[in-house]
Amino acid sequence: MLEITNLHASVGDKPILKGLTLSIPAGEIHAIMGPNGAGKSTLAHVLGGKPGYEVTAGSVTFRGQDLLALEPHERAAAGLFLGFQYPVEIPGVSNVQFLREALNAQRKSRGEEPLSGGEFLKLAKDKAGLLKMDMEMLKRQVNVGFSGGEKKRAEMVQMGILDPAFAVLDETDSGLDIDALRIVGAGINAIMRSPDKAVLLITHYQRLLDVVAPDKVSILAGGRIVETGGPELALRLEAEGYDAVMA
Amino acid sequence: MTTATLPTRRDEAWRYADLAALKRLGADALDQWQAIDVPAGTSVTRIFVVGSDAPEVHRMRVTLGEGASAAFFVTNAGGDYTRVEIEVRLAKGAHFEFGGVTIGGAGVTREFVTQVVHAEPEATSNQTVRAVHWGGATGNFLGEIKVARHAQKTDAAQDFKGLLLEAGASANAVPQLEIFADDVKCAHGATVGALDEAARFYMMARGVDPATAQRLLVQAFIGDAFVALEDEASREKLLDAALGALEGAWL
Repeated sequence: MLEITNLHASVGDKPILKGLTLSIPAGEIHAIMGPNGAGKSTLAHVLGGKPGYEVTAGSVTFRGQDLLALEPHERAAAGLFLGFQYPVEIPGVSNVQFLREALNAQRKSRGEEPLSGGEFLKLAKDKAGLLKMDMEMLKRQVNVGFSGGEKKRAEMVQMGILDPAFAVLDETDSGLDIDALRIVGAGINAIMRSPDKAVLLITHYQRLLDVVAPDKVSILAGGRIVETGGPELALRLEAEGYDAVMA
Repeated sequence: MTTATLPTRRDEAWRYADLAALKRLGADALDQWQAIDVPAGTSVTRIFVVGSDAPEVHRMRVTLGEGASAAFFVTNAGGDYTRVEIEVRLAKGAHFEFGGVTIGGAGVTREFVTQVVHAEPEATSNQTVRAVHWGGATGNFLGEIKVARHAQKTDAAQDFKGLLLEAGASANAVPQLEIFADDVKCAHGATVGALDEAARFYMMARGVDPATAQRLLVQAFIGDAFVALEDEASREKLLDAALGALEGAWL
C-alpha cells in the first residue's frame, strides 16, 4: 500500500532523512521507534506534505500513485490520514463544521455525493462514541481549550469520521493518561485494523503497542530504517535501549 | 456650507485615504452627513454593506440620548475606494457598539473612521474592526475616543486586527484616545498578521482544499466583528458579502 524508497528529505539546509526505505502492505500495522532526532516526525510531515520539508531524492508510492506529487488535501482524498503529534487549534471554526467540510471535500474529489448535515452528525456521534468523547466537544472550536489528551482523542474521532485507508500516527500516545491510552488504542484498532487498511505508528513506548499490537516494528535512526522485526523488537528496545539493540 | 476643497495628506483623518478616488468623487460628496438620532431609552441596530464599482464615502453623525443604545455593523467591500465615517455622541449610560470588516484586493483602499465622544458619565462603547487584504490593498481604522472631564465610569474599548493574505497588502490602525476624566476604562488593541499556516496545513491534511481552508479561516477571523449582532440573518448577510469579496482571491 505504501512504498518508500531511498527517501532523502531536508528541513532548510539540514538533511534529516538519509535514504529511508520502507514498505507497508495492506493489513499491516507497522510501528516505527527510534531515538530523539532520528527523523520520525520528519517522516510523518514529509508523508503529509507539510510545507518546509524538501524531498531531495527517493520516491513514495501510495496505492500506485506518486504521493509526493500530490498536494496535502489530495493526499487526504487519496486515503492518507496524518495524526498530528501537536494537533492545531483553530479558533472560530467548530469541529463539526471543519470535519464536514473535510469529509465532503474528500467525497467530492472521489466523485461521491456529499453527506447532509443530519447524516454527518449521525456519523460524527457514532465515531465520538467510539472514543468516548462527548458530542458537545465536537460542537466546540477545533482543539481550542482541549487538554493534551482530549486533542489526541479528537484526532482519532477525526480519523474515524474520515475513514482513511492509511494512517500515519505521529506519537498519538504522547500526553495520554493510562485510561485515555486504552481508549485511543482501542479506537485505532476499531478504525484501522482491517485487511484493506494499514497504519504507520510512530511511538516511543511499548505501552501503546500493548494495546495496538503491531505486525512489524522498525527502528529509525540517523534518517534511515536500521532494523525491522516483529513485536519482539519493541520489547527488546524497551528492555535494553537503542544503543544496545543497534550495536 | 460646502468645503469645496478636497482633503490632503496633511489632514490627519485623511492621511491614508485614496486621494485620487476622492478627486473622482468630488468635494461636494464629502459634505453630506447623515444624522441619526437615537432618543433616550431606545435602541437601534443598523447593518450596511458598503462598496460598488465607484468610490463611496459614507458619513454619519449618531447622537444617543440617555440610556440609548446603537449598534452598527458594516461590511466594507466593493471594487473601489470606500470610507465609512461615524461620529458618535453618547449621553449618560448610553451604549455604542460597532463591528466592521474591511476586505479587498486589487489595490483598493478601505477605511473606517470613528469618533466616539463620551460626553456624559457611565456610557459604554465597543468597537471591533477586522481587516482582510491582499493584492496591494489597504485597510485603515482610525478610531478616536474622547472622554469628557465629567464623564466618569466611561467604559470604552477598541479592537483592531488585520489579516494580510500576501506581501504588499497593508493595514493601518490609528487609535487616538483623549481622556479628561479620571475614573474610566479605555482599552485598545491592534495586531496585524498573516494567515495561520499551521492551521491551513492542518485543514489541508484533512482534505480541505486550499481555497476552502482560506475561506474558513477568514470567516473565523472576521466573525469577531459581528459577534454582537444577534440577528442571524443579518449576520449571514454581512459575512456573505465579505466572503463574496474573497472569491477568486490569492491563495
